[in-house]
Amino acid sequence: MGADMLIFALLGLPLLASVLVLVLRDRPNLRDGQALFIGLITAACAVNLYGTADGETVKLLTLAAGLDVSFTPEPLGTLFALVAGVLWPVATLYTIGYMRGAGEKNHTRFMFFYAIAIHAAMGIALSGNLLTLFVFYEILTFSTYPLVTHKGTAEAIQAGRVYLGILVASSVIFLLFGIIGIWVLTGTLDFQSGGILAGHIDPFYVPFLLGLFAFGIGKAALMPLHRWLPAAMVAPTPVSALLHAVAVVKAGVFTVLKVAIYIFGIDFLRQTGSSDWLVWVASFSILAASIVALTKTNLKARLAYSTISQLGYIVLGAALATSLAASGAALHIAAHAAGKITLFFCAGAIYVAHHLTDIKDMNGLGRVMPVTYAAFAFGALSIIGVPPLAGAWSKIMLMGGALDNGHLLVLAVLMISSLLNLVYLGEIVLRGFFAKPTHKIGAGVQEAPLSMLLPLCLTALMSVALFFAVDMFILDFGG
Amino acid sequence: MMQHLPVLQVLLPLLGAPLAALLRGRDMAWGLALLLTGAAFLISVILFGLQYSVGTALIYDLGGWPAPLGIVYVIDAASALVLPVVSGIAFVATIAARRLVEAEIDARDHALFYAAWLLTIAGMLGQVTTGDAFNIFVFLEISSLSAYALVAMGAGRDRRALPAAFNYLILGTVGATFYVIGLGLLYMLTGTLNLMDLSERLAEVESTRAAFTALAFIALGLFLKMALFPLHFWLVPAYAHAPSAVSALMAATATKVSVYVLIRLMFGVFGVEFNGLADAIGVLILTLGIAGAFAGTLAAILETDLKKLFAQSSIAQLGYMAIGIGAMSLTGLAAAFIHLFNHALMKGALFLAIGAIAAQAGRASMQTIEGAGRQIPITMTAILVGGLALIGVPLTAGFISKVYLVRALLEQDFWLLAGLTFISSALALAYVWKIIEAAWLKERPKGAPVLVETPVHYVPAWLMVFATIGFGVFAGPLVDAAYAAAAVFIGGAR
Repeated sequence: MGADMLIFALLGLPLLASVLVLVLRDRPNLRDGQALFIGLITAACAVNLYGTADGETVKLLTLAAGLDVSFTPEPLGTLFALVAGVLWPVATLYTIGYMRGAGEKNHTRFMFFYAIAIHAAMGIALSGNLLTLFVFYEILTFSTYPLVTHKGTAEAIQAGRVYLGILVASSVIFLLFGIIGIWVLTGTLDFQSGGILAGHIDPFYVPFLLGLFAFGIGKAALMPLHRWLPAAMVAPTPVSALLHAVAVVKAGVFTVLKVAIYIFGIDFLRQTGSSDWLVWVASFSILAASIVALTKTNLKARLAYSTISQLGYIVLGAALATSLAASGAALHIAAHAAGKITLFFCAGAIYVAHHLTDIKDMNGLGRVMPVTYAAFAFGALSIIGVPPLAGAWSKIMLMGGALDNGHLLVLAVLMISSLLNLVYLGEIVLRGFFAKPTHKIGAGVQEAPLSMLLPLCLTALMSVALFFAVDMFILDFGG
Repeated sequence: MMQHLPVLQVLLPLLGAPLAALLRGRDMAWGLALLLTGAAFLISVILFGLQYSVGTALIYDLGGWPAPLGIVYVIDAASALVLPVVSGIAFVATIAARRLVEAEIDARDHALFYAAWLLTIAGMLGQVTTGDAFNIFVFLEISSLSAYALVAMGAGRDRRALPAAFNYLILGTVGATFYVIGLGLLYMLTGTLNLMDLSERLAEVESTRAAFTALAFIALGLFLKMALFPLHFWLVPAYAHAPSAVSALMAATATKVSVYVLIRLMFGVFGVEFNGLADAIGVLILTLGIAGAFAGTLAAILETDLKKLFAQSSIAQLGYMAIGIGAMSLTGLAAAFIHLFNHALMKGALFLAIGAIAAQAGRASMQTIEGAGRQIPITMTAILVGGLALIGVPLTAGFISKVYLVRALLEQDFWLLAGLTFISSALALAYVWKIIEAAWLKERPKGAPVLVETPVHYVPAWLMVFATIGFGVFAGPLVDAAYAAAAVFIGGAR
């Protein structure tokens, strides 16, 4: 298949799945089975498309002169499509187990919007210009809203308000502002390697324009626009997996990276020093979120703040504006996705099997759920950055990028952050395996259903595989 | 036949009105109104096509008397764009009116209702078509007087319609008077009322105080008629207490016609080069526009009655149109035309959907629609899409409006104003989402009346919804037409 066919397949298959979900709403097994099946085909397509460089632009439609919805495969985009495409069937399998195991209602609605969200993520990944990216960015926001408020409780509605309020407001106030600003300045919205901005703007204003994007892309959860992510924790765990690993926050940091590389251009950013301020904002976000994570005893809340911290790494990679840092940031999208989805899968498995959400109640749980906890340990170590797990590489590359750019203090930030990661994630593993049970946990092995266990083992192995196959995931952005 | 279309467009509903008043029997008057508004819509689409293919203005000499002696009707790129908006909305609103009027208005008054209905439509079409400044006043009064009557007809169901209509009458008359005083000054200065003639002769007296005073009077009168902040207080009660069909028609068209007339006179007669226009009136319009955008949006957030809520939102949306006008540039004017068009579609959809609810439940408030998302999903989805368009979500018409409006501001280096525009459009999320939460995330209270929906209820609203999405996805022709319309009044590179 040609690249253009693959693009349409990646965009169309999730839509097809969502339609079939509605059609088969009265036959749960068939409904869920087809989603899984289409998910596998999508994954295969994403693998096939991965690495396509200088692909042809496919134009879907023209809103008005200069405003096209078009798609251009490029290495970074196909990497994000790969992450979303491969994790989707895994997450679907897990969702099937979780929704049945936890007794959640309205499966059809849930599966429907889940598939739409994947469609939107694919649109973002493969977008050929800023307008297309913005269109799918908003589709992703609105399609995940029903997932966040799935439970329909007062708490869920409140979380939905925070979620939508921050994401929509930031995107229509800052992001769209930046996009139209770019349009007026350069006359184009297309992503081009090397960027399009150089020569069109007084370097004095570049930091402000960059700020419109850094804070306009609320999905990147850069502090202080991070509140929506912990708020969304009230949603069922498969949603957390979608938010934290498969689509939403990844779409955010991907957008930051894509804009930095293909609109601003990393050379332009470095030469003008326009992103220096962002280095410090991202560093602050990394450390502050890690410290907040330490104080949280709700497992999902702790993981949420861990995500905010880890997203800071990717924004940092964009802000450092060196080739090595950008490659490290791109790699971290994949590495963090594999690691964090494992952690959330484990959190959901713990909830389904034992209805526990607080870390203090999980003492000794590792002996009851050895497989889950082993997988958790893999994910945690990858996030901390311990070899032979994927997170090690991206951290090293980011450090190298910081050195290239002379930001020695950033090295310290990254090291302190790793230490903090070790403390707040390590605590969970240690309590699980070594602490004395304070809570009544039944004797013998009590794991979650196989449809949940299988995905979390798979994603744990992905973290290992990513470490050894890292060559395939190091992208070169020139500069 | 073809050359008479410009005048037929206005004459059909105008002559149909007395006929409708005489018709007795169920649905006769409605049938006539439907036929005539349908014909007017068809004619305006043909005129648009004709004007587009010719490329220049089509001039119709009324009674065969050429300008400047006689009155002319002018179909140029601007009027050709606005006519289908007015007549199209009128047509769809007439489709919906049958059901709404039956529910809300005493059967004995139906014939009179449709007579006034046709008159107000004729008045609006006339204001858009005519090339004569005094003729504009005449049509303005025709449409306004019949509109006061239409609003007052809401009294059968809601007595508050009477004070609302009275306030509307007083303020509307004040506005019209200001306009006609300004016109008198112009006539005194130039001795002509033909718009083209006026603009030529005004050049000689440009620096006189009288000319500027005339501009000020005309602008103020039209600000009142278009409900520009802070002259908007008549609008909310008038829309809220009027019969639902009238709310839909007026919300989507009435103020837009005044916006068009303002553009026609400000740019077509006085011209952008006119002394003091850009720095005095332009700045004033920009300021009032952004103030109105915030005032309307914030008031809408606090509102619990849906008709009032969306009427307040109209104040904000008119503010955006004013911002486009105040930018004093080709893109700004094009943005104003784009938003004039798009806003008519969105508000048409919203008010038709809300009307379907209000006609059943007696009123449409946040309470009425609690949990209604499951009971009347198709109607509520229309409100959802209309609301998303108001926020300016991509793939809806509202997005296109916003993009061009902000583009116009950035081209003029109004960065702060662009930022404020974004903030106020984001605030629209608050009032739209209030409705979504009430409809979908709340349970329907026990004992709440059961709402029903059949195609009769939702087809008119959905026609507008499809248009809202259609012009959001394929906006190219509209953008081109809007730029052509703007180019009638102002030069500059696209």
